[in-house]
Amino acid sequence: MSNVFQPIAKKDFDYAAAQHLLNRAGFGGTPAQVRALVELGLDDAVDYLVDFKGERVSNDGFAFKNDILRAQTPQEQELLRRARIEKDTETIARLERERQDRQNNDRAQIAAMKRWWLARMIESGRPLQEKLTLFWHGHFATGYRTIENSWHMLMQNGLFRSNCAGNFADLARGIISDPAMLKYLDNDENRKSSPNENLARELLELFTMGEGNGYSERDIKEGARALTGRTFKVNDYFFDKQVHDAGGKQILGRSGNFSGEDFISIILEQHACSRFVAYKLYRFFVSDAPTITRDGVETIERTAKALRDARYELRPVLRALFRSQHFYAKENRLSIVKSPTQLMVQTVRSLGTPVRSIDRLVDSGDYMGQELFQPPSVKGWPGGRSWINTSTLFMRQNTAVFLISGRSVRGPAPDPTKDGGKPEPFDAMHLVDHLRDSTGALDARECVRSVASFALGGDPGAARLAELDAYLESVGGAGGGNSAIKSTIKSTINPTINNERLQALLCLIAAMPEFQLC
Amino acid sequence: MMHEHAFTRRLFIQRGCALASLAATVPYFIEQSALGMLGDPALSSQPGVPDERILVVIQLGGGNDGLNTVVPFGDDEYYRARPQIGIRGPGAAAQNGQPAALALDGARGVGLHPNLAALKELYDQGLVSVVQGVGYPNPNRSHFTSMDIWQTGRLDAKGSGWLGRYFDNTCGGTPKPEAAIAIGRNAPLALEGDVQKPVAFESPSLFRWIGQDLHPSLKEPYDRINRAGAAASPTGASEPDSQKSFLMRTALDAQLSSDRIRAAAAKDPLVPYPQHPLANQLKMIGAMIRDGMPTRVYYASMGGFDTHGSQLGTHGNLMKQFAESVQAFQRDLKEQRNDARVTTMVFSEFGRRVKQNASGGTDHGTAAPMFLIGAGVKPGVFGNHPSLVDLDQGDLKYGIDFRCVYASVLEDWMKAPSEKILRARFANPHLFAAKA
Repeated sequence: MSNVFQPIAKKDFDYAAAQHLLNRAGFGGTPAQVRALVELGLDDAVDYLVDFKGERVSNDGFAFKNDILRAQTPQEQELLRRARIEKDTETIARLERERQDRQNNDRAQIAAMKRWWLARMIESGRPLQEKLTLFWHGHFATGYRTIENSWHMLMQNGLFRSNCAGNFADLARGIISDPAMLKYLDNDENRKSSPNENLARELLELFTMGEGNGYSERDIKEGARALTGRTFKVNDYFFDKQVHDAGGKQILGRSGNFSGEDFISIILEQHACSRFVAYKLYRFFVSDAPTITRDGVETIERTAKALRDARYELRPVLRALFRSQHFYAKENRLSIVKSPTQLMVQTVRSLGTPVRSIDRLVDSGDYMGQELFQPPSVKGWPGGRSWINTSTLFMRQNTAVFLISGRSVRGPAPDPTKDGGKPEPFDAMHLVDHLRDSTGALDARECVRSVASFALGGDPGAARLAELDAYLESVGGAGGGNSAIKSTIKSTINPTINNERLQALLCLIAAMPEFQLC
Repeated sequence: MMHEHAFTRRLFIQRGCALASLAATVPYFIEQSALGMLGDPALSSQPGVPDERILVVIQLGGGNDGLNTVVPFGDDEYYRARPQIGIRGPGAAAQNGQPAALALDGARGVGLHPNLAALKELYDQGLVSVVQGVGYPNPNRSHFTSMDIWQTGRLDAKGSGWLGRYFDNTCGGTPKPEAAIAIGRNAPLALEGDVQKPVAFESPSLFRWIGQDLHPSLKEPYDRINRAGAAASPTGASEPDSQKSFLMRTALDAQLSSDRIRAAAAKDPLVPYPQHPLANQLKMIGAMIRDGMPTRVYYASMGGFDTHGSQLGTHGNLMKQFAESVQAFQRDLKEQRNDARVTTMVFSEFGRRVKQNASGGTDHGTAAPMFLIGAGVKPGVFGNHPSLVDLDQGDLKYGIDFRCVYASVLEDWMKAPSEKILRARFANPHLFAAKA
């Protein structure tokens, strides 16, 4: 039997394969960018993405404050204490108002962070870095509303970004030192005298080994003891030795006076951990179809082995996965349901539409079920088909219409650069420029075929093309024309293509069910 | 014979659940309707349970001031804590520009906010159950967290929504489109199950593809593409369980839902509704109920209850809007003859501090009253008003855990196993009439 984890033949890295790679290891790209990847060839194209060779994103200078939710100063505490004794309701109310102002400012800041990150995903020349950051955010899920500290969410985001393709061990060790996570899973209350098992349980169940994969309730209890004392002060990790349980523990068959770091090391030795991480990578990057095929199972096993061989270094594993036969197999083309973020970012990055309004895109993401910095639970976003229901499907179709045309259910987005309330223009013709003949003319039907297979990431099929042709014929040639004549001789009239029609066609293509797949 | 019949029917239905995910041509809900899973009480998935019972949830966002909603006028402590914003007892002269509270028959020492006259009329008709002092242990005073606690039905505020789990437990594995509808831009967490996902829209006119507004010629091809279902699929959907067939089936469901919902809401209501946002939401819900939609849970919401300052006027307006909206809705249901099928449950994420603050408002508090409204409820005032002296950090101590109220709604109204859904046993306070 052939090994589906082996790389594909270099010659098989064609346009469709390159587009598949760019969609999965990033958020898609324009036809020109796809062609550039084809020219690089398989190995260099994969390296380009995995080694983050593109340009850094330009909006790094975004300023966020780390002290909005500072604790009360000793002076304020004293003021409050005396106000309470003296029943000085005015001072108490003022301090309460100030506290609420700080909380409101922090909520405004997390809203700004959502815009910042989404813009970053749209702009970054290192798309895999942002995509992996999103992957780890969903893996080590932490929600702002539980911790209510935007700076801590940003620090966690930084932890994911700096280690996203580094070593999984660093991520796992980082997360048990991360204020946002320590707060989210109550480890700031995990003390020797009253252990809190929340972090230990989720660490095993959701972050490393997976439920039912070889650990026991006892391992959770003992692991929780190893994690006691790991808390934070203001914005920094703090090890509170006083409340750490330094006694002997038995975890996963090993005995010793284990610390939190030791707990992680013991977990990493388990094959179940490499398998679970491989499985999560597979679901995110290769396929989220309900059933995993035999080749899929084999790929997960081999990815797990590659992780162990590389001592959890992620880059070599990603490199192998993105070159593998299974990754490019027919069964895995268009086998992932785009996340709301993928849908928006890929539409902008591949069709080259204006961003229009980052605010509205953030809102759309929320309504479609993916609020950044707010996964629905510690399990992260379940992904796959759970993204899709009758209401999110309309939102998805309408978000695409908004990006392409500027029209939205809330009225057109005004052009930020001009007055007059008209949407920012979008020149879609760049998608077909390479089809111009020597005189610069375009064949409308050829354009339809090219744009449809590009936007859908594959052959749309005859029935779909017939619908697109039907639209073009209904709007006719350059001057519109008499519909009676058109109906009799429509096959001989060649409809013309222009920017407005191309946009309309794109809206229709984006409303095809298969547009939701990548 | 009866038993055998019931047995086969249930097998049939179980098989229906399984088949629904495989059949390639029929949208989910038509298939289920055909099997009698929706709408037909005689073919309920649980014998003897009428499927057509409906729960409407009204969420009062921001933390409604329970003490000025159900006013404990019989307790002098109330007026000591709220010298400027306290509401006088029934019969008293207006105070601070506020008329006196409305007396409730059968309740001693508590009355309704004067602007709840419309609700009092419903109370007098035996349609309202006032549940006092509802809360939970270790109350959280953050809007977000406390709302999540109420919506998940869990003190750690994590996981799926309690009503989402209700659906997950009724037909495992197969979501029912339109089973849960929220009016608003966002679907509330309460309706999010692991399997069941709610439909949410601000107005039915937005529950449609807007691309057709760009050019009229786009509508026909769009319809053909999105109504094809998986059967007529051009390529790639030969496997019925492929990602593409799944999407095509959902697209067809979305079009049919959109048609139904917009057709329902286009009809004029049978009674006039006031012009308030909540009234508009309830009007839409009334229209959908009247149209016979298979929806079991509707969710409406009203914001603005975070009254930290000068709250008398603000809160009074909110009370009036709330009561008038609910009254119009109840009249509409009665006119439709659907009043026996619908219970409305009203909650807020918390009440407010007993003592007024220095700005003539109130800060975040804890326990507060809930309302259950409808012909099925056991009318009256349930539970004692929490003590205004025995406080926890200046806040009321709860008397009834909100999950006990949920347990009653689930068991007595929805006829569902509350323990499975709430993941623990909560004593059922039996807030519904025995015949319900």
